[in-house]
Amino acid sequence: MPTAKALIIFTALAFTPLAAHAQYSDGVIKIGVMNDQSGTYADLSGQGSVWAARKAVEDFCKASTCHDKIEVIFADHQNKPDVGSNIVRQWYDVDKVDVVVDVPTSSVALAVNNIAKEKNKVFLVSGAAASDLTGKACTPNTIHWTYDTWALANGTGQAIVRTGGDSWFFLTADYAFGHALERDTEAVVVKNGGKVLGKVRHPFPAQDFSSFLLQAQASKAKIIGLANAGADTTNAIKQAAEFGIVQGGQNLAGLLVFITDVHALGLKTAQGLIFTEAWYWDANENNRAFAKEFGAANKGNMPTMVQAGVYSAVMHYLKAVHELKSDADGAAVVKKMKSMPTDDKLFGKGSIREDGRKIHDMYLFEVKKPEESKGAWDYYKIRATIPAAEAFRPIDQGECPLVKK
Amino acid sequence: MPIGRNWSMNVFVAFVLLALVAPFAIYPVFLMNVLCFALFACAFNLLIGYVGLLSFGHAMFFGFAAYISGYAVKAWGWEPLLGIAAGMAVAAAMGLLAGAIAIRRQGIYFAMVTLALSQMVFFFCLQAKFTGGEDGIQAIPRRPLLGHIDIRNDFVFYYVVLLIFCAGFLTIYRTIHSPFGQVLKAIRENEPRAISLGYAVDRFKLIAFVLSAALAGLAGATKAIVFQLASLTDVTWQMSGEVVLMTLVGGMGTVFGPIVGAAIIVSMQNYLSGFGEWVLVIQGIIFVTTVLLFRRGIVGEMLALVNRYGPASRQDHLRLREARPAE
Amino acid sequence: MFELIGVPPQALFGQLLLGLINGAFYALLSLGLAVIFGLMNVINFTHGAQYMMGAFCAWMLLTFAGIPYWGALILVPIIIGASGILIERLFISRLYHLDHLYGLLLTFGLALIFEGLFRRQFGSSGLPYTNPIPGGTNLGFMFLPWYRAWVVAFSLTVCLATWFMVEKTQLGSYLRAATERPDLVQAFGINVPRMVTLTYGFGVGLAALAGVLAAPIYSVNPVMGSNLIVVVFAVVVIGGMGSILGSILTGFGLGVVEGLTKVFYPEASNTVIFIIMAIVLMLRPQGLFGTPK
Repeated sequence: MPTAKALIIFTALAFTPLAAHAQYSDGVIKIGVMNDQSGTYADLSGQGSVWAARKAVEDFCKASTCHDKIEVIFADHQNKPDVGSNIVRQWYDVDKVDVVVDVPTSSVALAVNNIAKEKNKVFLVSGAAASDLTGKACTPNTIHWTYDTWALANGTGQAIVRTGGDSWFFLTADYAFGHALERDTEAVVVKNGGKVLGKVRHPFPAQDFSSFLLQAQASKAKIIGLANAGADTTNAIKQAAEFGIVQGGQNLAGLLVFITDVHALGLKTAQGLIFTEAWYWDANENNRAFAKEFGAANKGNMPTMVQAGVYSAVMHYLKAVHELKSDADGAAVVKKMKSMPTDDKLFGKGSIREDGRKIHDMYLFEVKKPEESKGAWDYYKIRATIPAAEAFRPIDQGECPLVKK
Repeated sequence: MPIGRNWSMNVFVAFVLLALVAPFAIYPVFLMNVLCFALFACAFNLLIGYVGLLSFGHAMFFGFAAYISGYAVKAWGWEPLLGIAAGMAVAAAMGLLAGAIAIRRQGIYFAMVTLALSQMVFFFCLQAKFTGGEDGIQAIPRRPLLGHIDIRNDFVFYYVVLLIFCAGFLTIYRTIHSPFGQVLKAIRENEPRAISLGYAVDRFKLIAFVLSAALAGLAGATKAIVFQLASLTDVTWQMSGEVVLMTLVGGMGTVFGPIVGAAIIVSMQNYLSGFGEWVLVIQGIIFVTTVLLFRRGIVGEMLALVNRYGPASRQDHLRLREARPAE
Repeated sequence: MFELIGVPPQALFGQLLLGLINGAFYALLSLGLAVIFGLMNVINFTHGAQYMMGAFCAWMLLTFAGIPYWGALILVPIIIGASGILIERLFISRLYHLDHLYGLLLTFGLALIFEGLFRRQFGSSGLPYTNPIPGGTNLGFMFLPWYRAWVVAFSLTVCLATWFMVEKTQLGSYLRAATERPDLVQAFGINVPRMVTLTYGFGVGLAALAGVLAAPIYSVNPVMGSNLIVVVFAVVVIGGMGSILGSILTGFGLGVVEGLTKVFYPEASNTVIFIIMAIVLMLRPQGLFGTPK
């Protein structure tokens, strides 16, 4: 396995003494990419995120010569908070990892968030969605990078209502994440003058959505909001196609959809789907160049916003650590990261707020019809851009204890 | 019996001595993990090895107790030992309820019933507010033990967990080697005969079931404080399968088998944490090879080797229930 | 009258029909389990994985060999059934002299291996499989996709054919006799081990068939089996563990009950089957159609 070999090489390198120009803990800047390597979220994060982190290290060292050893290791949390917290504890305590990156699945991210604070290390979240990470659960050691439930709800909900989708029916996964997504989106819909005609909670996870879709059809709402994720979303979309929902004049709004989900569904089934994302590989030249290299190393798959977020986060982390000349104090590094404006080739210019929220534009996408697509992975057309200032929850509404009133 | 009680006690003392110095060399949190699962496996083994009942739903006791203790300590501010005791008590109560339903059946039916009951508990935990659903109960604080002892230090807490493990283990040991244990053995060997001798067989089985559930709960409740987290993983049927695997690999029906099995499986999961699906495959392979070739488990095989010419070595499987009667 | 319950009749009928369709899957899967358990006294925990492999096999046939759905319906059960026969010959048959729980443990281990390998190879996102009979008809109270109607009709046919074969034909009578007294049946010159092997293959084939049926409507992913297997066990237990008729009727029945629960109290739709199982076990431990021991 190439990755295991790389791991061994990196570990061997770690033991070589080096003349450090800075005092890095243990003499090495160690980056740990933890995500789902084998389950539902493996495609949107997985090895792709590891590649993105390594690419960020490579690009950073090309731009400003690295005198120091930088290592990237990875682990699979299997979407389980106990596995994840176990790994991170060991990483921080025994393996001297300085920063943990990615971590999709909000329950795991929340657990890691606590541990990072406890041990005063750094946590850069790209994969997880829970907006509580910059709200009630915010810490001085965590930065929430790519997206969150509020941004998704706001982007999708607001943009859809403003473009005519003013009556909604929610299909919600019956667990905390689904409820949060539904709550946030409903608030946005109502605020923008829309109506919620009904909602139904489906068990999590669910295989068969036929009866819930039937209820959605009967409601005659213009938009059926899918407050769920992963296999639930793709299953619901698949079965909606079967029941002729889109043909019947209703539209589906995915509240958490990734390009890998669209790829799994196929354009025929996913066409017309509307959702918000933070990054698309085909949006500009920089993104396309990155995607091309990514594809060559990752079986032809295109990078998702999560993986792009990992690149951006690692890049900024390295810049901050190099200016500080130290990586030992997690809170200090994060403070430095917040004080520096961000700028990388994927997300452009942005900033990080006091509550740990990274700010950048969000985009409303619609999935193309099969005949509109010019090739593999050419899936999205852009419907709207949500400027950074409006895209994320206002800082005073989050109940983050770090934010001074 | 060539291997007597003194021998078992000696092994146990050796084990405790080893465990006392282990945290100086090995990461204490890993060791605590092993101890919790070892206790869980020992509790499970009590049921399968000494009563002959394969429970495929033991995770419900383990995981639900974790939730109870976690919630008590986090939300109600209870002291950890009290929280653990609460978890254990609730698990025992669940054991009583589940046992009352499940004991009516035997063998495979019993396994299926326990599996389905644990699924009910799983779905309940998924939806109940207090469990936090997918997030689980996070950031469970390690409050001072007995109000004074600071257990936030992993090193210190390890010895507490070791103490809890020993208490649980010795309870099982005492149970097996008591008159009660002898009756259980008789029931396992030949239930109709035990009934004809006048023993209230169902009651004995139920008591054993409740004890097993309570100790599994003890393990789960402790684990919640160790990892400061109680999650859905602990109540899934896959977790029930894991404890079966640990006991099988270590040696069903042996005293120390579950400890060995737990140590092996937890270490394997730790070592292979980067390769999630391979863990599944390897666990499956271990299951298959153990069932086909090493039914006695590691400790069982070792015992058979030592007892090379004794009657125990010829029997390479547990007689859980009479197989098809030979004609 | 229906307005009293708070649900309009159209919605109710629609949900009942959908429940029946789901029940078809439960029935088909529990049928395979019941056949295997009835004859071999083995709980085939691998059943969920074999269902999953059936769906994947259909996908592979389509993607790599261009064989469409209708060909897959015939080929897949044969292919996966053959793999089942291999498993039985290599592994399961070695455990017949032991307690049946070892069979359960073995098949559990096999299920882990298959799921792990497929997850390694295919990830867990799910693969697309085109619906062979798209479109549907508006029945007034609901829109019924053609494919789902086909699923119900086909499963019913297969279930009834199996039941007929086991209960009414000579082959079936040999099978039932071999369950009771294998040695005596062997003495009559019937190759019992081969019958057992073929029975296992047949049961596995049924699981794979269910997988093919599922591929167009559910996501083809490696965890689809493990999500379903515990529910199917509950169905078999409620129906009576060796009873063919029991598993068919209970499968369809539970699909309907689940459908009704989704209308009145959707959050419980996952749990209702287990609650029913607990009740049945307390009142009638051998299951609704099982024979008391």
